[in-house]
Amino acid sequence: MSEKLYPVSITVNGKAHAAEVPSRLTLVDFLRDTLRLTGTHVGCEHGICGACSVILDGAPVRSCLMFAVQLDGCSVTTIEGLARPDGTPSVLQDAFCEAHGLQCGYCTPGMIVASHALLESNPQPSEAEIRDAIGGNLCRCTGYQQIVDAVQLAAGNLAKGAK
Amino acid sequence: MSAQPGNYRYIGTRRRTKEDPRFVTGRGHYVADIALPGMKHVALVTSPHASARIKAIRTDKALALPGVHYALTGEELCANVDPLYVGVDAPKVARYPLARGVVRYAGEWVVAVVADSRALAEDAAERIEIDYEPTDYILDPEKAILPGAVLVHPDHGSNVLYRRTFTWGPVEADFAKAQHKLAFRARWGRSATVPIETFGIAAQWDPGTGLLDVWASIQMPKYPDQLARALRLPGNAVRVHFDVDVGGSYGVKRGIKHTVLVGYLAKKLGMPVRFIEDRLENMRGGDMHGPDRIFDMQVAFDTDGTIHSLKIRALDDVGAYAGRSPLQLGKPVGAIVGPYRITSVEYEPISVLTNKTAQEAVRGFGQSPTNYALETAIDRVARHLGMDRVELRRKNFITRDQFPYLIPSGSTYDSGDYHTVLDKALRAADFPALVAERDAARKAGRLAGVGIATCLEPSGGNSAFEPLFNPKNETTTWMDSCLVRVDISGAVTGVMNTSTSGQGHETLVATVLGEILERDPDTIRVVHADSLNALPSNSPVGSRMAIMLGGAAAGAAKKVKAALMAIAAHNLGVAQESLEYRDGSISAKGDAKKSLSWDQLVEIAHRKFHKLPPGLEPGLQAKFVWEVPTGGGLPTADGRIQMYPCYSFEAHLVLVEIDPATAQPKIRRYLCGHDCGTMINPDIVHGMTYGGIAHGIGAALYEKFAFSDNGQLASQTFMDYLMPSALEVPGIDIVDHCTPSPLTEFGQKGSGEAGYLGAPAAIASAINDALAPLGASIDELPMTPLAIWTQLQGGKTQ
Repeated sequence: MSEKLYPVSITVNGKAHAAEVPSRLTLVDFLRDTLRLTGTHVGCEHGICGACSVILDGAPVRSCLMFAVQLDGCSVTTIEGLARPDGTPSVLQDAFCEAHGLQCGYCTPGMIVASHALLESNPQPSEAEIRDAIGGNLCRCTGYQQIVDAVQLAAGNLAKGAK
Repeated sequence: MSAQPGNYRYIGTRRRTKEDPRFVTGRGHYVADIALPGMKHVALVTSPHASARIKAIRTDKALALPGVHYALTGEELCANVDPLYVGVDAPKVARYPLARGVVRYAGEWVVAVVADSRALAEDAAERIEIDYEPTDYILDPEKAILPGAVLVHPDHGSNVLYRRTFTWGPVEADFAKAQHKLAFRARWGRSATVPIETFGIAAQWDPGTGLLDVWASIQMPKYPDQLARALRLPGNAVRVHFDVDVGGSYGVKRGIKHTVLVGYLAKKLGMPVRFIEDRLENMRGGDMHGPDRIFDMQVAFDTDGTIHSLKIRALDDVGAYAGRSPLQLGKPVGAIVGPYRITSVEYEPISVLTNKTAQEAVRGFGQSPTNYALETAIDRVARHLGMDRVELRRKNFITRDQFPYLIPSGSTYDSGDYHTVLDKALRAADFPALVAERDAARKAGRLAGVGIATCLEPSGGNSAFEPLFNPKNETTTWMDSCLVRVDISGAVTGVMNTSTSGQGHETLVATVLGEILERDPDTIRVVHADSLNALPSNSPVGSRMAIMLGGAAAGAAKKVKAALMAIAAHNLGVAQESLEYRDGSISAKGDAKKSLSWDQLVEIAHRKFHKLPPGLEPGLQAKFVWEVPTGGGLPTADGRIQMYPCYSFEAHLVLVEIDPATAQPKIRRYLCGHDCGTMINPDIVHGMTYGGIAHGIGAALYEKFAFSDNGQLASQTFMDYLMPSALEVPGIDIVDHCTPSPLTEFGQKGSGEAGYLGAPAAIASAINDALAPLGASIDELPMTPLAIWTQLQGGKTQ
C-alpha cells in the first residue's frame, strides 16, 4: 500500500529537518524512526504516561498524540536538545545524576522535559508545584521522591548561578 | 549498631551511579532503539473470546498488501517449535506463542503478521479473517477447582496446576491448646509491575554461521537456554545480547513467548524481525499479570498475644497458561511466619487455571501478597484482643539473640534486629504524634487511620521452590558470576552476565571491585557479556544481585589481588605475609623501598613471563562463579527447605485520611524503617525502596486487571489501570538500620523488592484503622474509593 506523503519542515533542537511523511506518522515516530533521535520514548501511545514528552512552544506535549504533519513549521526540543552544546549534561540533567532521580531511565527523558519546562516558567517551585508539573509523567522505579529531590537541587543550583 | 558498619572506602558511601549519565541525556540503548538493516516488524491478531475453537483462518487479503511478508499461524508455529517451559509437573498444559485450534483467553495471540513497518503490519492484521466458535469458559478460581468445572486445558484433566498441604510443626495441637482462634479471608487483586517500557525483542538469523542474535528487554533466568530449546537449536546457536538497557521490569519482563515467536520468524524468513508490544498487547496478551490470590487464614493465639500457629490456604488464579507462575506460591514458604516466632504452620497453596491472561513473576515473587495476609492477621489478632498493634508485634518478633533462626518450614533466617528497627521507625515518625494527628482528624469529623506493617524481604534469589513444587526438578544451584580483567594499561573491567533493568548493577560491580582492589570505581568499566561469552548466571531476580553479583565480583577481585600478591612476593623476594597491599601497589611491611606499583605489577603480568611466579597464568584476569550461600539442598519429604539465604526487614508506618464525601484516601505521612544489612550504594537502595513503596501504594489502592463477566479485560489502558503518579505518592521518609548478614562479603542483603513487600499491608492496615470506628473493614486489594465508599454507606461487607 503506497501511502500519500506530505512534505513537512520541522525544526528539532535548533536544526531544520525537511521530510515527506504519511499523514498518520506520529511525532514520536518521526523523531525516533525518521530522525533517529531515540531519546524520546514510547510508553503508552495514549497520552497518559508522558514518556514521549517533548517541548513545543515552551510547554511539554505528548509526541505520541501529535502527528508530524501538524508540526509543519514548528520548533520542537527533545531530551537530546536539553544538554549543553558539547553534549554534557545540563544543570537539570546533572541534578538528576546527583540525586539519582532515575533508575531504568525509560521515563527519564519525559521527566526531564517536564521539569525543564517547569523551571523555565517557575525557577523556584515548591514541592507541590514540582509534583504537579511531573504529575502527568509516570515512573515505576523511583516513587518520584528522588525526582522531586533532583528538581529541587537543580532549582537551587540554577539560583546560585550554575549554567 | 550504626546505619552502616565497617571501614569501607567505597561501599556504603554516597556516590553517583555509573548508569545515570547516559539516561539523562537520552543516550540509553533500549531494544526499540535498535535498527537492524532491512528489519521487519510484527503485529498480532488476538482472540476476541475468552474461550473458543478456531474454525478457519484466512490470511490472503493481508498477504495481498504490498510490503507484507508473512502471516504466521499457530498451526505452523506449534509444529516447528517445542512448548514453553512449565514450572510445575503439568506437561499437558502446553503453551506456545500462538494459539493452535483453540483460544483460552481474550487477547491470546492467534496470528503474527510481518511487514515492512509496524503500521503496515497493523493494516494487514486487520485483514486477517478468523472464524471462531465460542465455547464455555471459567473465570472464577473457586469454581474452577470444583468437579465438573469447564476445563481450560482438558488434556490436563483438571484446572488445578498444583496443590499440596504442607504441615510444619504441631499445628493441630497448637490450635487445640490456644486460647483464641480467628479465621478470615483476604484477597489480593490481580495487578502487576507494568513497566513504562513494554516488552520488545529484535532477532536476526545468520544462515552462514547458523547463529540467532537476539536483543530483548529481558529479565529472565535461563532465557537463552529456554529459547534454544523451544526453537530446537543447540544452546550455542543462540546469542542473547545483554547490553540492552531494559526500561523497567521488576520481575515481569520474561517475554519467552515473544522471543520464540520472533526468533522463529527471523530464522524462517531470513530477515531481521522486531516486535515491540504496544500497550494493549502488553496488558492483554503479554502474559505479565501478577498474583491473583485468595487467602483463607486461621490464627491460633493466647490472651497475652502469643501467636502459636497459622493455617493458610492460598488459592492463586494464574490464568490460562503456566510458566513460572505457580512457583510464586512456593517462594513465600521461606518466610511463611514473617518476622514472628510462630511455631507451626499449615500451608495449602493451590494454583488454578482460568480463562484469563497468564500470570508472570512480579516483584517479590508472591511474597508481598503473603505478607499482606500475615500482617492482616496480626492486625486482626490485635483488634480481637484489644491489644496495641505495635505491642503485639514486639511480643511476637524473633529477638536479635535468636539468630540464626530456623522457621518451621525449614529456612533459617540469617540475622535481624526487628525490635530496634521498629523502635527507630516509631521514633523517627514520632508515633504518638501520628496517632494524635489521626485522633484530631477523627474529632474533626474526618476519617483517618494509622497503618503498620513489619515484614521480611527474603533475598539472594535461589530457586529452591522448583524442586519443592516439582519433584522431577532437581535444580539446586542458582549461581551468579563475574569476570574481572585488568588490561595492559592497568584499567579494570568487570564483566557481568545479564541485562539490567534499573538496579544499577554496573555501579554495584564497580563499587565492589574498587573496594577490593582499592581502585577508584569511577575508573572501572562494567560491561554486559552476551550469552555465548557469559559465565553461568541466573539474572537479577529475587533481590539477589547485591548478594550474588556483588559476591561474585568480590570473589573475582580477590583472585586478581591474590595474583598480584604472588607476583610481588616472587619479585621482591618477600613472603606474602610480609607484604602490604595499598591502592593497588604492594610493598614490604616496614620497608617501603621494597615496592612494586600497580603499573609495574600489571606490566609483569602482561609482558614479563620471566618474572611471573611458576604456575601463574600470564595476563591478569579472574572469574568467580558463586553458588547461592546456604543453597544446594533438596526439600525434605514434608517440604522443608532453605529457600533464600538472607532476610531484610522493613517496618512501615503510615497515616491515611479519607475524604468522607468522595472516599478518596490521601496518604498524610509515610515512613519506612529498613534493614538490608550493608548498603553498597545507599542512593540505589533508597531509590528502589521508594519505588517499591509507590508500587505497593498502587497495588493497595488503585491497580487492578479487572475482567468483565464475559472474560474481557476491562482495564487495558492507563486510563483504566491506574498507576500512582507523583500526586498520589507522598513524600516518603526512610530510616536505615544495618544488621549485617553473616553470609555475605560485606554483610549486604537484598533490597530490590524493598518497600513493595510491606507497603500494601501497611496501607490496608491504615484504611481499616480508619474504617474501624464505623465497625467496617475491607479485606480485598485494591481498596478502591468505590470499595471504601461502599463501606461508608454502611455496607459491612462488599
